[in-house]
Amino acid sequence: MSFWKIAWRNMQQRALASSLTGLSMALGVALMILVIVVYGVVVDQLENDAQGYNLIVGGKGGSLQLVLNTVFHLDKPLYPIPYSYYKRFVDGDLAPYTEVAIPYCLGDSFVGGGQVFRVVATTPDLFERLPYGANEDGTEQNYEFADGRNFKTENFFEAVVGSRVARKCGLKVGDLFEPTHGLGSAGDKHRQFKIVGVLKRTGTANDRALFANMEGFYLLEGHALTPEPVEGQPTPPTIPPPDENGNPRPLPEAQREVTSILVRCKDSFGAQILDTQINKGKDRIAQAVAPRYQVQRLQDSFVKPVQMVLMVLTVLIVIVAGISILVSIYNSMAERAHDIAVMRALGASRNAVMSIVLVESILLSLLGGLAGVLIGHTVLALAAPVVEEHAGVAVSFWDFNWQEALLVPGLVAFASLVGFMPAMTAYRTDVGRALGGGR
Amino acid sequence: MLLLEDVSKAYREPDGTPLPILDVERFQIDAGEQVVLRGRSGCGKTTLLNCIAGLTTVDRGQITLRGTDVTGLPEVARDRFRARFIGYVFQTFNLLQGFSAIENVLLGMTFTGQRVDHDRAATLLADLGLGHRLTHKPAALSVGEQQRVAVARALANKPALLLADEPTANVDSAHQQQVIDVLREACSREEVAMLLVTHSPEVADQFDRVEHLEDVNRVVGAV
Repeated sequence: MSFWKIAWRNMQQRALASSLTGLSMALGVALMILVIVVYGVVVDQLENDAQGYNLIVGGKGGSLQLVLNTVFHLDKPLYPIPYSYYKRFVDGDLAPYTEVAIPYCLGDSFVGGGQVFRVVATTPDLFERLPYGANEDGTEQNYEFADGRNFKTENFFEAVVGSRVARKCGLKVGDLFEPTHGLGSAGDKHRQFKIVGVLKRTGTANDRALFANMEGFYLLEGHALTPEPVEGQPTPPTIPPPDENGNPRPLPEAQREVTSILVRCKDSFGAQILDTQINKGKDRIAQAVAPRYQVQRLQDSFVKPVQMVLMVLTVLIVIVAGISILVSIYNSMAERAHDIAVMRALGASRNAVMSIVLVESILLSLLGGLAGVLIGHTVLALAAPVVEEHAGVAVSFWDFNWQEALLVPGLVAFASLVGFMPAMTAYRTDVGRALGGGR
Repeated sequence: MLLLEDVSKAYREPDGTPLPILDVERFQIDAGEQVVLRGRSGCGKTTLLNCIAGLTTVDRGQITLRGTDVTGLPEVARDRFRARFIGYVFQTFNLLQGFSAIENVLLGMTFTGQRVDHDRAATLLADLGLGHRLTHKPAALSVGEQQRVAVARALANKPALLLADEPTANVDSAHQQQVIDVLREACSREEVAMLLVTHSPEVADQFDRVEHLEDVNRVVGAV
């Protein structure tokens, strides 16, 4: 009979105590799994969300804030920059280094399904000329439509919606929606946009946003700059009147602003040039930030410390669970001294009985650990809809992290350590006394 | 087969004073022989068995079993030797409660360093009338059945010597004869020598050779 089986029988004999001890280990490991996996998924998500372009250009202010509101649709937008600045990337002095520049106008939102989603006013190029991520082999992942099509520049009040917005709010192609001015639900309602496309899921923050034609956005109340008065002429209206057919006219460029610009450079050299010109040139009305660098900063300054704190806490929980194994086995040593003495009388060496106790400790830790992995991933799967709902991070049962592979050898080593004290007690068992024999 | 020569053992009082318990000049058992050892409580019977089994070290002298000086073996070798050549039946059976009948017998084979023979364990139990109780835990067995499992466990490795320490002490008179019959028949069948400690004159009377420890132990008034 193997030591494993003997240890297993010992555990069975104290089923309740063993189960509770194993459960405490399982819960500790489950917490650790959750921290490891969620952290891994969050990091992947953060890195995925900022792909497809080299720079984000926006108004002066916090660089992290610029990334947060442009990439992740969080935080307040920075002060806007003139439309003419954007034009420099399209056909101006910065165009030679620019492959594509996508303007973002932020500041509106949409309330639906009990949630507030950001409305991003942009150009159709966002979905046609920029990828949203990359596959493992390095090939780019391009936006696709689950239904409908991209909006057209000439159709001012067309829009497309992210997959999650569509699902959550029940929006579909042909529906109309009214953006709300501002980032809350209390703002004034604007005129309606028609949904012409629903994007396929990208797993990025863009699943949680609505994308409106920038031309229409400019014509909404409060989005246009007041035109400069021309001496001797009457003040023109802020919003140009419709043409003779009743169709809206585009807002003059002088009255336009953009919140930020996604810039995909022609090459890395171009990225350096643009970075220098924007951040260190004469005209310093804007800033350019590398989103990947900012995401890294975000990870270093916030995500990693939080993960470290959580990890320390869960490691402490596992240590406490390990000590409970020690206490459980150690407390049982008095009652099992008799069994150990019998085994010794049957020929078991001191090392053998010591090994059996160590194996029991390892078995408890391993089973508790494996149960913990299972519980952790099950909780992850059960919580996936809620996590995605509130954090926009997609998680599933099968999200494994390589660090989990270290758990098993770690637990075995730890169990050997905590099992050593009761194992030594077994080693030192006085056979004659434990058997209660006379002289 | 078993020979004790000039064996002595003393315990220590709490104040460190030595308390002699055994001083045996010579004691011998032949192969296959069945011997009863009697003596009053505290005269050193269990100590003698433990010394023979190598569970207790002697202070002086030599214990030889099948030509091997047990007292000269290091502890690990002594454990292995005990597992292989000595069976032990205890007063209170000492079956492990978490293990089934057959697992208790297999446990007796586990520490020999040889292959565990499941068939032999099952056969032993079947020969003792427990073929239908192999997977029962001790708590589900009667007193007599438990004692038979203990006998099967002691004989599992086909030992040279079976030590039985008052195996009928906790058994009612109705089962007493049954236990002795089982032990004697099993030892005869397996050709195993037996040293049986008992207080019972009825049990002792059934054996050809009965030794009184007071006759071989030179410690006067051992308690």
